[in-house]
Amino acid sequence: MIAALKGLAFAALLLTQQPMSAADSAELDRKTREVATELRCPVCQGESIQESPAELSQEMKAIVREQLAAGKTPDEVKAYFVGRYGEWILLRPTTSGVNALLYWLPPVLLIAGAVLVIVIARRWTKAGADATTPPVTPDNVS
Amino acid sequence: MNWKRAAIAIAAIIPLVALLGFGMTRNPKEIPSPLPGRVAPEFALAVMPEAALPDGSEPALTDTVRLSERRGRIQVVNYYASWCLACRDEHPVLSALAPAYQSRGVDFSGVVYKDSPPAMRRWIAEMGGQTYPALLDPTSRTAIDYGLYGVPETFFIAADGKVAKKHIGPVTREVIVATLDSLLAVTPAVARPAAAADTVVR
Repeated sequence: MIAALKGLAFAALLLTQQPMSAADSAELDRKTREVATELRCPVCQGESIQESPAELSQEMKAIVREQLAAGKTPDEVKAYFVGRYGEWILLRPTTSGVNALLYWLPPVLLIAGAVLVIVIARRWTKAGADATTPPVTPDNVS
Repeated sequence: MNWKRAAIAIAAIIPLVALLGFGMTRNPKEIPSPLPGRVAPEFALAVMPEAALPDGSEPALTDTVRLSERRGRIQVVNYYASWCLACRDEHPVLSALAPAYQSRGVDFSGVVYKDSPPAMRRWIAEMGGQTYPALLDPTSRTAIDYGLYGVPETFFIAADGKVAKKHIGPVTREVIVATLDSLLAVTPAVARPAAAADTVVR
């Protein structure tokens, strides 16, 4: 009885599953490439799993495709890998949390440095001008 | 005043120097794993048969080790391969310690990483045998689930199912003993028999 029910359930599953159209398949391939380009190959030097021919990268890419086909969003797929390998696995780290410092600190320091240089330059120019200006005496007052 | 300017400059430079100094103490090759403290990813892996069939073909895989079935016992999961030279350093240590800890509620497993059963069996025989099961992960799915970079890597999983430690590189007797003893100290006495699939590959 249980075997018959299992058979029926399997048949129902096969009937409800539609084969993927060529357009859907191409779209899935495009999404897979997009996500794979953003994930670092763990056994390579600065290569994405999209570019890397390493076996591990190919396995990871297969997981990306499977998860996207199962309805996960690209962010959810990336979160799966971040949960296993940490943020390091992302070729473009997120801009939130401590990472935000890495993004914003250099321009902030650059601007602060430029302001400092301008302020010091102005002081030096002023000091130089003061030194060259003749002292005010009754003779040169008009 | 000049001393005031000097004090401001020093106050600005000290944090930068401290940051650089801290950076120098870090190993850039060591990437922290997010897994410790989290529930270990579930796996169900076939146990590698002890020997090939007389005609040289591979026997059917009949035994499976499921992590969920081992909840309540501490797990040592070691990823290794016959082509891995560093694995030669740690294998005798793991094989010697596994039986001693078995009765104390610790299971050891070796997960074969990117290797074939015949090559692995030859290697195990060359290494003098193995006292814990060798598990097969032909598609590396479990390896990816555990965030593996290469071999050897060893995961210590506490009795509550959470990853307690990830060790990259050959694991030493000192690391195994210290980690297991600290885990056993906080684990309630476990007297559960070993899983049925705990076969010994010799």
